[in-house]
Amino acid sequence: MNLSAYIYLATLLFALGALVVLLRRNTIIVFMGVELMLNACNLALITFARMHGTLDGQVYALFVMVVAAAEVVVGLAIIMSIYRARRSASVDDANLLKL
Amino acid sequence: MSVLETSVGVALADPSAVTAVEATGTSALAWLVIALPLLGAALLLVGGRVTDTFGPLLATALSWGSFVLGALIVVQLYGRAAEDRSMSVQLWDWVSAGELSVHAGLLVDPLSMAFVLLITFVGSLIHVYSLGYMANDPDKRRFFAYLNLFVAAMLILVLADSYLVLFVGWEGVGLASYLLIGFWNHNPAYASAANKAFVVNRIGDFALIIAMAYMLATFGALDFATVHGSAGSATQTTLTIIGLLLLAGACGKSAQFPLQSWLGDAMAGPTPVSALIHAATMVTAGVYLVARSQAIYDLTPDARLAVAVVGAITLLYGAIVGCAKDDIKKALAASTMSQIGYMMLAVGLGPIGYIYAIFHLITHGFFKAGMFLGAGSVMHAMNDRVDMRRFGALSREVKITWITFGAGWLAIIGFPFTAGWFSKDHIIESAFSAPGWQGWVFGLVALLGAGITAFYMSRLFFMTFHGKARWEDDIHPHESPLTMTIPMMVLAVGSLVLGAVLYPTGLLSGWLEPVFGHAEGHESLLPLIAIQVSVFVLMVLGVGLAWLRYGRDEVPQVAPEASFATRAARQDLFQDEFNEQFLRRPGAALVVGLETADKDVVDNAMVGGTSRGLASLANVVRQAQNGFVRSYALTMLAGIVAILGAVWVIQ
Amino acid sequence: MSDMPWLTILLALPALGALALVLMPRGFARSRELALGVSLVTLVLALFVAVEFIVGNGHIQLQETYSWIPQFGVSFALGVDGIALSMILLSVILVPICLVAAWDDVPADGTRRQQGYVAWILLLEAMMIGVFAATDIFLFYVFFEAMLVPVYFLIGQYGGPERARAATTFLLYSLLGGLIMLVAVIGLYVAGPGGGDGFLLENLTGLEIGGVTEKLLFLGFFIAFAIKAPMFPVHTWLPQAATEARPSTAVLLVGVLDKVGTFGMLRYCLQLFPEASQWATPMVLVLAVISIIYGALLAIGQKDMMRLIAFTSISHFGFIVLGIFAMTTISQTGSTLYMVNHGFTTAALFLIAGMLIARRGSRNIADYGGWQRVTPLIAGTLLVSGLSGLALPGLNAFVSEFMVIIGTFQRYPAAAVLGATGVILAALYILLWYQKIATGPAPENLSSTTRDMTVREKFVVAPLVAAFLVLGFYPKPVIEMLEPAVTTTLQHVGVTDPASATSADGSEG
Repeated sequence: MNLSAYIYLATLLFALGALVVLLRRNTIIVFMGVELMLNACNLALITFARMHGTLDGQVYALFVMVVAAAEVVVGLAIIMSIYRARRSASVDDANLLKL
Repeated sequence: MSVLETSVGVALADPSAVTAVEATGTSALAWLVIALPLLGAALLLVGGRVTDTFGPLLATALSWGSFVLGALIVVQLYGRAAEDRSMSVQLWDWVSAGELSVHAGLLVDPLSMAFVLLITFVGSLIHVYSLGYMANDPDKRRFFAYLNLFVAAMLILVLADSYLVLFVGWEGVGLASYLLIGFWNHNPAYASAANKAFVVNRIGDFALIIAMAYMLATFGALDFATVHGSAGSATQTTLTIIGLLLLAGACGKSAQFPLQSWLGDAMAGPTPVSALIHAATMVTAGVYLVARSQAIYDLTPDARLAVAVVGAITLLYGAIVGCAKDDIKKALAASTMSQIGYMMLAVGLGPIGYIYAIFHLITHGFFKAGMFLGAGSVMHAMNDRVDMRRFGALSREVKITWITFGAGWLAIIGFPFTAGWFSKDHIIESAFSAPGWQGWVFGLVALLGAGITAFYMSRLFFMTFHGKARWEDDIHPHESPLTMTIPMMVLAVGSLVLGAVLYPTGLLSGWLEPVFGHAEGHESLLPLIAIQVSVFVLMVLGVGLAWLRYGRDEVPQVAPEASFATRAARQDLFQDEFNEQFLRRPGAALVVGLETADKDVVDNAMVGGTSRGLASLANVVRQAQNGFVRSYALTMLAGIVAILGAVWVIQ
Repeated sequence: MSDMPWLTILLALPALGALALVLMPRGFARSRELALGVSLVTLVLALFVAVEFIVGNGHIQLQETYSWIPQFGVSFALGVDGIALSMILLSVILVPICLVAAWDDVPADGTRRQQGYVAWILLLEAMMIGVFAATDIFLFYVFFEAMLVPVYFLIGQYGGPERARAATTFLLYSLLGGLIMLVAVIGLYVAGPGGGDGFLLENLTGLEIGGVTEKLLFLGFFIAFAIKAPMFPVHTWLPQAATEARPSTAVLLVGVLDKVGTFGMLRYCLQLFPEASQWATPMVLVLAVISIIYGALLAIGQKDMMRLIAFTSISHFGFIVLGIFAMTTISQTGSTLYMVNHGFTTAALFLIAGMLIARRGSRNIADYGGWQRVTPLIAGTLLVSGLSGLALPGLNAFVSEFMVIIGTFQRYPAAAVLGATGVILAALYILLWYQKIATGPAPENLSSTTRDMTVREKFVVAPLVAAFLVLGFYPKPVIEMLEPAVTTTLQHVGVTDPASATSADGSEG
C-alpha cells in the first residue's frame, strides 16, 4: 500500500483546517479548524513513523493528543468567558490586543 | 638719621641654608597654638545654645591662650642661636600617593612666629573688643565661633611647612572671612558681599592650585624645604611662571590689583571683623606668601618686578579711592589696600625690601586695627551710621576714641618717630634704591602715595572728629564701654611706640635675619636725607590741604556734584562696573544660553529627536496590528510558506 | 585568609532581606525597621570583609569562583581590589543612612507600598555589591543590567510627578549603553581564550588584541560607562532622574550607582584595552574637561535644587574621568578617592535638600530665602556640605580634587588648568545657591510648625559630616587601600609616572 496517500490526506486536512481558521468568524468553528490542523499533523507524524520504521513519530503524536486535550479545555474556557463578556462568539469582536 | 641706618648683627650668606630641626620643648607644642582656637570654634558651633552664656568668654580666653603659648615659643627660640631658630613639628602623614607626599607639619621659625604673635595679640584684643561691640547681638556665640575659626585658620596659614598645608589655612581664612562678612546676611547686600569676597578669592586660589601643580611637576614636592632648596635647579621660565601664579594668589587674598574689588564690599561685616581680618591679618597673607617664597622670587627678577608693579598700582589705586569715600569704613578699606600695596612693593624689591615689608605689615596691623576699632566705636556712638558727612566735632564727645584714633592717624601718615614713620619711610627709601628706571618709578610712586595718604587720612580724621557737628538730631554720641576702649588704647600705644621699640634696637631685623638673610641695597638714587625731607614735606602738605578743606571749611552734608575724577574715585575707579560689564553679564548670558541649549539641543533635539523618530516609526508599523485574529493567522501562514519556499529554493 | 565565601554572603544578605520583606504579610508594620536592621548587619559584615582584606596588595583578593554556565564560559566569580572594596563600603554605609532619611517617604498605609519601597532599596544594595565585586565580565554585565530594575521601580513608582518620563528615560539610556556593552562583552569572549571560564577577568587581561578590534571593543565598554557616569553629551537622563527620584533614591543613584561608570572605566576599559585606552585618551580628556565646565555652568543657572545637585555631579564626574585618563598614580588615586568623597558629599547635599523640600514643599530655589533664621541647623549643614562640594581644604573633596588636578598636570597641563577653572565655578554654584536658600530676611509666609532638624535627621547628617572631616584630615587609610590597586592598573596599561623636571635635570646639573 502506498503510504504517500496518507500524506496527501494529511495535507488536505491541514489546508482545510487552515482555511476554516482564516475564513470563519465563529470562535467555535475556528477552534474546530485548529483541531483539524492538529489532527492532520498527527496523521502525518504517524505516517512518517511508519515510513521510517521508528516510534518517534507515534510518540510525538501521543504528545500532541495530550496537549490538544489540555488546549481544548483551556481554549473552550476562554471562549466561554469571552462569550459571556461580549455576548458574541465572533473572533473579530475579541480585538482588544491592539493598542 | 642714625636711627634709620641701624644695621644688624648676624649676617647669613644664604638664607635657604637654614634647615629646620625637629622641634623640642615649647615649640613641639606649636600645634596647640592652632588647636586652642579651633577647639573653641568647634565647641561653640557644635555646643549650640548651651554655650550661649560662657561661649564668648571661652573663645576670648582660648585666643589669649594661643598668644601666651606663642610668646613662650618665641622666648624659647630667642634662647637659641640665630641659625637654629627654625624648627619643624611633624603631625601626621596627610596625603601621599605616587610622587606626592605631604605631611601635615608646622614650621616654627622667626617669620612664622612674628606672624603668630601679631595674629594672636591683635586677634585676642579684638576678641575683647567684640565682647563689648557685639554685646547685644543675639547671635553672639556664632560670631565668636567664627572669630576663633579665623584665628585658627590664619595660624595654620602662617605655621604651615608646605604650600598645601598653607593652602588649608589660606582657604580657611577665606571661609571665615566669608562667614563674617555675611554675618548679618539677613541684609541681602551683605550676603552678596560675602559671596563676592569668596569668589574673587577663589580666582586667586585657582592660581595657587596651579602653582602647586607646577611645583609638583617641577620639584616633585610641595614642602617649603624641598621647593626652596631646589629652586635653583629649575629653569628661569618655570620659576617666573610659578612666581606669577603665586602673585595671582596673593592678589586675591590681599585685595591687590586686579582682584581688589571685594575688599570695599567686605566692610559689610561687623567692624571688629574689618579690623582683624580685612585690615590687620588676613589681607596681609599675600605679603606673607611672597615673603615666604623668597627663594623662588630671588631667582626670578621678572616675577619680582611684577610683584612690585602690582604693589605700586594698588598703592596709588587705594590712595585715590580713599580720597573720595564718605563711608568711614570704606575709606579705611581703601587705605588698607593702599598700605598693602606698599608691602607688596617692598617684597617685590627683593632682599632689600622683605624685612621692611614685614615691619610695615606689623605696624600696620596695629595702627589700622586701632583705627578700625575706633571707627567701630564711632559707629557705636552714632547708632551705626557710617557716613562721615554726618559726623564731625566728635572729639569732645568720644575723647578716648579721638585720642586713640589720633595715634593711629599719626602713625599712618608717617609722623616722625611713630611706628608708621619707621616702616613706611624705609619702604620708600628701598624703592628709590631699586636698580635702573625702577628706582625712579617706584620711588616716586611711593613718595606720591605717602602724600596722598596724609591727605585722605587727615580728611577722614578731620571730617569725623573736627569741624562742625553735622549729626542728625536723634543721635546722642557716647563713649564706648571699657571692653572696647582698652583694646583701642593698647593698639594706640603700639601705633606710637612699636616702631621705636622694634627697629632702632635691631630687634626685628635681628629676629628676621636668619630667614631673609642680610642684604645691602644698591646705592639710593637720592640722598637719604632728601628722601626723608620730601616725605615730611609731602605729609605736611597733605595734612594741611585736608585741614583747609575738611577741618576749617564747612563740609556739605550731601556729597556735592563733582568732577569726573572724583566721581570715578567714588565709584572705586569703576571696578564694579567693569566686572559687571565684562565678566558678570557675559557669564550670566552664557549660563542662560547653555541652560537653553541643554534643554533644547541636547535633550530635546538629540535625545528627544531620536525618541520621537522611533515613536513615529512605531506608529507606522503598528498599523499592521489590527487586532483581528484571522489576519494574524494569515500573516503567520504566509510567513511559514515563505520560509518553506526559501528553504526549498536554497536546496 | 579564611575560607568563608565572604563576598557571596555579603551579596546574599540584603537580597534575602528584600525577599523576606516581600514575603511578609500585607501591611507588615515593621518593614522599615527590618530593612534598616538588615542593612546594618550588612554594614558590619562589610567591615569584617574590610578587615580580611590585605591593604597594600594591589591585586584582587577574597576571590571566589564557581562554575555557572560553563557551556557559555560564564562563571560566578567574585573578588575585590582596593577600589572595588572602597565602593562596596561606600554603598553599605550609604544604604542605612538613606533608609533612615527615607523613613517617612512612604507611609505604612496597610498596603504593600512601604514594604516594596524598602525591599527595592535592599535589592539595589545587593546589586551594587554584586556589580563592584564581580570578576567575571558576564556576571558584571548581568549585575550592571539587573541594577536598573530596582532603580526603575524606585523612580517610576515612588518618584515625583514626572516620574514616568524620568524612569523611562533613565531605563532607555542605560539599556542602550548596556546593549552596546553586551556586544563588546561577547566580542571580547570571542577574542579571548574561550573555554568554560572564558569570561573571567583574569583570563581576559593582557590579551593584546590590538588594531581596530580593540578600539571597537573599548568603545563598546566606554560608551556604556560614559552614559552611566554620566559624561557630556550623554548626561541628560541624570538631571531628570535625580529630580524625580526621592532624595534617598537620588543618593544611591548618583552617589553609588553612577560610580559603576567610572569604576568600569578603570577596571575594564583601561585594564582590558590598554592600547585603545591610550588611543582614546585625548578625546576622553576633552570630554572630561567639557563635562567639568559644562556641568558647573549649568549648575549655576538652575532654578530647581535637585537639578542643581545633579549638574554639580556631572561636573565632579568630569574630574573623576579626567583623573582616570590622565593615567598618573596621583591623578588616578585622586579619582578613586574622589569616587568615595563624591558619594558622601552628594549624599549630604541631596538629603539636606530633601529636608528643605519636605518642609517647604517645593524644589524651586526661588521659593526659599532667609532659612538660616528658620532652620539654622539645616542651613548650617547645607553650607558645610556645599563647602565640601566646592572642595574646601579640610573637608573630604579637596584632597581628591587637588590630587586629580596636580596629577593631571604632570602629564596634561592644559587639561589640568582648564579643569581647575571648575574650582572657581564651584564656588559660584554653591554659594549662590546657599545665598538664595539661607540668607536674606526671615521668610514671612511660613507656617509656624516648621521645625529645625529632627533627631532622626541628625542621625542622617552626623555620619556624613563626620565622614567629611575624617576623609579631609586623615584620608591616609583610604588612600593606602586605593593606591596599590591603581598602581596595578597602571602596570596593566603600561604607563609610568612622568618624572619631575628637576629630578630629571638635576642629575645633569
